Amino acid sequence: MHEFSIVQNLLELLEEEVEKHKAKRVCRVEVLVGLLSGVEPHLLELAFETFKEGTVAEKAELVLQIEKLKIFCEDCGKEFEKEELNALCPSCGGLNTRIVGGQELLLKSVELEV
Amino acid sequence: MCKECGCADGHRHMHKEETKEVSLFKKVLEKNDLQAQENREHFEEHGVFAINLMSSPGAGKTTLLERTVELLNEFKIGVIEGDLETEIDAQRLRAKGVPACQITTGGACHLDAFMVHEGIHELPMEELDLVFIENVGNLVCPASYDVGAHLNVVLLSVVEGDDKPEKYPVMFRQAQLLVITKIDLLPYVDFSVERAVRSARKVNPSIDVIRLSAKTGEGLEEWVEYLRFKVRSFKRSLI
Repeated sequence: MHEFSIVQNLLELLEEEVEKHKAKRVCRVEVLVGLLSGVEPHLLELAFETFKEGTVAEKAELVLQIEKLKIFCEDCGKEFEKEELNALCPSCGGLNTRIVGGQELLLKSVELEV
Repeated sequence: MCKECGCADGHRHMHKEETKEVSLFKKVLEKNDLQAQENREHFEEHGVFAINLMSSPGAGKTTLLERTVELLNEFKIGVIEGDLETEIDAQRLRAKGVPACQITTGGACHLDAFMVHEGIHELPMEELDLVFIENVGNLVCPASYDVGAHLNVVLLSVVEGDDKPEKYPVMFRQAQLLVITKIDLLPYVDFSVERAVRSARKVNPSIDVIRLSAKTGEGLEEWVEYLRFKVRSFKRSLI
């Protein structure tokens, strides 16, 4: 359960943005969560709701965008998207693959009230 | 009643709200990752190879380290121990003459780069060749934090079950080496080494695998040889 610590990192970034843009508060936060980022979306939401109180994001809405796993199969020479959390090629079933996406946890954008 | 200013009901007016959309695409753990990079550079300045050792509680991290320092005596080894509470693990290693510092996370389920940074400053870095960062026993949370190591190793003991890599894909994905421990217990458990390796390679096709028993010593030579190779290649890369 490290989502609380992740939300604290997120709130710090939001505070920096508010200061940088001399904004009043954060209205909306968009976060991209890769399926293989190790972050549980539901727990991230719960942690955000708990910790946003008393911060610049107190009234902010958190929008999560889930990014599927992207793998490139060297044998098929193609990229695939998949929901299962393994590197098996969905086409040939082989493992001559590379994971090329779905591992990130990114603060994509913020909407600030200025 | 107007929710914005609290003025009386029926009083209709517009509240001017100006908003601004800022596109960022920033890593949420950006600060941790920057500190991790700094830690890595700090290790390199002292010619120290750093290994992040992860596993569930009780997989045998500390016991493996005790055996490793006995066998790998050509290198000076230091240990950064992460635990929720107590100094027990650091004391076990200090008893072997190893400089060890204990980081008690006070409830946090993982080590982050800032905690490891504190640990670095407690160790006599100029004397060391190799530092093990023994993470908090947990197969989930430590996988999300770069702590600044050069190699991530995950231990899986045969009593835990051979399906664990697929159940904890992020952890087995982050590791470059899987060490299957307690193989002396294989006759007593339904654990197939082959299934475990297949399960790990499904999430991480290129993961290296070593199997060993710190109790009987089987496989320890291979582990120590792997470490020798890694530390020497690292030292050569610094020249």
